[in-house]
Amino acid sequence: MTMAAWRPRVVVAVFPGTWSERDFAHVAENVLGWECRTLWHLEAELGACDAVVLPGGFAHGDHLRTGAIARFSPIMRAVEAFAAAGGPVIGSCNGFQVLTEAGLLPGALMRNDHLQFRCDWQSLRVERPERAPAWLGDLANGDVIRLPISHGEGRYVADAATLDGLEREGRVVLRYANVAGEVTDEANPNGSQRSIAGLVNERGNVLGLMPHPERAAEAELGGTDGLRLFRSLERWLQEQPAATERRL
Amino acid sequence: MRWLAEVHVALRPGIADPEGQTIGTALRSLGYETVSEVRSGKLMSISFDADDESAAKAAIGEMCRRLLANPVMEMATWELRAELTDADEAIPA
Repeated sequence: MTMAAWRPRVVVAVFPGTWSERDFAHVAENVLGWECRTLWHLEAELGACDAVVLPGGFAHGDHLRTGAIARFSPIMRAVEAFAAAGGPVIGSCNGFQVLTEAGLLPGALMRNDHLQFRCDWQSLRVERPERAPAWLGDLANGDVIRLPISHGEGRYVADAATLDGLEREGRVVLRYANVAGEVTDEANPNGSQRSIAGLVNERGNVLGLMPHPERAAEAELGGTDGLRLFRSLERWLQEQPAATERRL
Repeated sequence: MRWLAEVHVALRPGIADPEGQTIGTALRSLGYETVSEVRSGKLMSISFDADDESAAKAAIGEMCRRLLANPVMEMATWELRAELTDADEAIPA
């Protein structure tokens, strides 16, 4: 087998009410040429995979709190173990909400401050991408990317000590910004504290973000900045020692 | 025996509550100018079986911690009482 035969293997978790799994699978298989499996939330094993996606939607109808019930699904035990072993995990939108409820990321996502669902293109400023090498390795500090947002409950909330800790550790990696990359109140679409749009865990392998990178992967649909995250992952995986074995 | 817990989940002080603010604005616009603040929350009535009161308290406390409230932004308080079942009600006075 040649090196070209190696392809990232990604698992996309599906809960009752998830709505972005097909978009992720489409991008993975048809745009990137990856292997992709969607797994129902009752599965307790991920099987062989290089990365896990928790996609957007309304898992369990968003009842009680967004992500509150999904965190107890059997697949989340496997996702937690995968993350604990250093495996790359991305939670987008509802996936971000699930990650916070599961305690894999700090804080919580609450109702947008204006109480409206917001579906729009949004500029984001990239910060400290080296803290999330698997997901943002191809991006530079200060880059401005444009991704769709689509949520009613995306207002990031945490106590002051948690926020200060995140800032100190460089774990806020995406902030809502204007097209010039300036982080302003006007550019904040939901009232998130400190304009936080995305953050990573301490180890840097688990990324949660409210925007939808899978909806920005084809120029015909308005933008391809989402691909920069997925290309980062592909490159990062190739650089890992374990990838050598997979290519043999 | 059967127990009924009324669980009240409220936002922690200092957590912004745009829904409560909107309700407050609506009340003031209806003429209730003295309304200074509204905080929204959730009320859940939970019927369940437990052997005795201490087991019931332990169970509802655990439910609150594990699922019903997220300590990042919420806190839960509850009241517990023994619930009359249909069988109890069928006993003639």
